[in-house]
Amino acid sequence: MHELAFSARVVWALALRSLRGALRRPQFLAPLVIFPSMFLAVNVGGLTRTTALPGFPVVDGFLDFQLAGALTQSLLLGGVATGIATALEIEGGFFDRLVASPIPRTTIVLGRLLATGVTAAGQVTYFLLVGFLFGASVKGGVPGVLVVYLIGIVAGVGFGAIGQAIALRAKSASSVQGIFPLVLVVLFASSAFFPRNLLSSPVDTVAKYNPLSYVADGMRHPIIDGVGATSLLEGVGSALLVVLVAGAIALLALRGRLREA
Amino acid sequence: MRASLIVIRALVRRALNEILRVPGAAIPGVLAPTIFMLGLSSVFGEASSLPGFTADDFRTFVVPVGLLQGAGFTGAATGVNLARDIEQGWFDRLLLCPAPRTTLLTGVVASAALRALLPATFLLIVAFSLGVHVPTFVGLLIAAALVMGLACAMACFSVTIALRFRTQQAAPLMQIASFIGVLFTTSYAPKPLLTDWLRTVSDINPVTHVLEGVRQGFVGGVAWEHTWPAFLSIALMVLVLGALAARGLRRYGV
Repeated sequence: MHELAFSARVVWALALRSLRGALRRPQFLAPLVIFPSMFLAVNVGGLTRTTALPGFPVVDGFLDFQLAGALTQSLLLGGVATGIATALEIEGGFFDRLVASPIPRTTIVLGRLLATGVTAAGQVTYFLLVGFLFGASVKGGVPGVLVVYLIGIVAGVGFGAIGQAIALRAKSASSVQGIFPLVLVVLFASSAFFPRNLLSSPVDTVAKYNPLSYVADGMRHPIIDGVGATSLLEGVGSALLVVLVAGAIALLALRGRLREA
Repeated sequence: MRASLIVIRALVRRALNEILRVPGAAIPGVLAPTIFMLGLSSVFGEASSLPGFTADDFRTFVVPVGLLQGAGFTGAATGVNLARDIEQGWFDRLLLCPAPRTTLLTGVVASAALRALLPATFLLIVAFSLGVHVPTFVGLLIAAALVMGLACAMACFSVTIALRFRTQQAAPLMQIASFIGVLFTTSYAPKPLLTDWLRTVSDINPVTHVLEGVRQGFVGGVAWEHTWPAFLSIALMVLVLGALAARGLRRYGV
């Protein structure tokens, strides 16, 4: 019990340090919201009439539909930012100092992931506020907003774990930055931006098996329709799956890194 | 004049050498426009069935957007590389050489024009292999010239930013400018289908003319009415942004 409390204190301290570091360097945080916001604006401005296409779900506006897509994109970029921050700690030697200190090794990963979760909550807040400001609404009301937060935070932590796993293997910030095109591929091969039934083949098939589709749809459903058991379970389940798989890979990568140290 | 050309040639060769020496750094910039084109056309492909859409195939419609994005990324990368050279002190050593500063600027910007052909070629190979309509030789020539011109304009802008901030951390600022420039146009749909605010922005944005100039070869046919506004817009952008970059360079280290 005492060890658990100690670990929790370490995770908290490392998370606080990560958040302070991010706030001190807003140039790393800004792209998380600026690029998805621009993309959101262009998508809505250029393709707003696509809501009239046969098979498009009934929505109050294209902005309502696109909010979840922008949020998913932002959370994915948050994962890349987490990876870059981890890689910078490795490059700068802070990681080695942490390894040399008498703390449980897993707290190194968990501390950064807690900070990523807090950042994800901030990203959800930002996009909901942007949506409300430009006329979007959440059909699911307060419970719907809570569902968006829940899925957003869990998915954000999962994407952060992917970033960490890559950073622990690659050990260089520029290598982590190089995965950006891959982020675009994963994002476009999902139903984050458009209904799955209207995607072209073979992307529609890939999107069916892409957990990102369920994360995005899980956040979208409360916005455009209301809270539903199926979308909630699929959204939370997919986000948890990402956390578990990516978290396990990150911990394995940490073990590999410790063996090398 | 001859000495200036030698300096420009050396700077262009140095920039091109970087692609071979550090291919890992160039790959994302080469791949991103193609991924973007493939992604957009797979996701939003159904948009071409909307009444009023001027192309039968959305992929053909967005290929020119990918070409200009590649030019924008290349221009931004030129600024990021200059910022790195400033951080590492190489640029200060370059300024010691007895060449006029405008010659140095021309060398840096010219390298962007050539480098922009790399993502454009890759994108076109992928697009044509997927069945995108192949433009006429003149259409391709106009597209290549406009892509190179936009890379020059964006390079001038990012050089101005690099000289002002003198750090690679200003990279997002350079990239966002090219992102806004290229996408806040008729990138996704013809003007009548845009929302009012985006239509207004695209009317003001000079890159809209450039995009229409590149697109004419792919959708419809080459026409003088689309060609001259595109080249005029490029000329004005290079002139204004080039003047800003030259001013920044003159003031650098003074």
